[in-house]
Amino acid sequence: MPKIIVEVMPKADLLDPAGKAVASALQRRGNAEITNVRIGKRIELHYESTPTEKDIEAAKQIAADFLSNGVIEDVVAVTVEN
Amino acid sequence: MKIGVVTFPGTLDDRDAQRAVRLAGGEPVALWHADTNLHSVDAVILPGGFSFGDYLRCGAIAAQAPVMESIIDAANGGLPVLGICNGFQVLVESHLLPGGLIRNEHQHFICRDQKLIVENVDTAWTNGFKLGQEITIPLKNGEGGYIADDETLKRLEGDGLIAFRYSEVNPNGSVNNIAGLRNERGNVVGLMPHPEHAVEPGFGPDTPLAMRSGVDGLTFFTSVLNQVVNS
Repeated sequence: MPKIIVEVMPKADLLDPAGKAVASALQRRGNAEITNVRIGKRIELHYESTPTEKDIEAAKQIAADFLSNGVIEDVVAVTVEN
Repeated sequence: MKIGVVTFPGTLDDRDAQRAVRLAGGEPVALWHADTNLHSVDAVILPGGFSFGDYLRCGAIAAQAPVMESIIDAANGGLPVLGICNGFQVLVESHLLPGGLIRNEHQHFICRDQKLIVENVDTAWTNGFKLGQEITIPLKNGEGGYIADDETLKRLEGDGLIAFRYSEVNPNGSVNNIAGLRNERGNVVGLMPHPEHAVEPGFGPDTPLAMRSGVDGLTFFTSVLNQVVNS
């Protein structure tokens, strides 16, 4: 199924409590080589047919306006997958 | 005096907010998220809870609900709007108030009777307080850490847009101890603590006088009734 994939991450300078909790669990598991973990979101938008340029522009707008909050998150990627 | 209380799927404290309105002497009107009709109310409360399961971000999906189109328009026209906890998150996601709310710094859900300092009394919802008054209001949240960029913070501080600050304890890591905000016009106020849980003796926070006797929250609701009467 054709998709547009939007990836959203918490801002780099912001505390990511979920990432921090996973990072400390990894230390407990013995994965000392992993220094940090950050957790974001992958959101798939599905389409009937291959997304057009217009669809991609619309998806970028949706990603900025609704799927992320610019105060706390960054949209790191908007990609098409057929 | 009619005060609308919005129910979204996942709202929890709509009944408590309605009860607070009634105890203050107003008439609560239930508003439904999918209905754009505000039923000629004189003010609106966005109550606490977990609207739409906190999916995507707290308050983000509720901010897109049909009722919010009407509330955003009315708020821009001066209608008093109070956002409590999840309602504060909805106000922020609706861009009626600036900044954002993130998971508590200590990563735990917190529930406590919280001391606040009233930082601004020139609003529809705080005009019955004294400037600098210390009040105790129950706080219960998992994502109550207020943040904003430096420019926004400077504006909030400079223009007196901070309505409440946490006193003694910063319970969630909010910047500048911010517990609640007002907009420029003073009709929109949002805060994380729950004033509707401190409105009736026997059911509020403890005070030095007696257990569960705290009713500091009632002033939010009497303030808006006064403002509506006087306008």
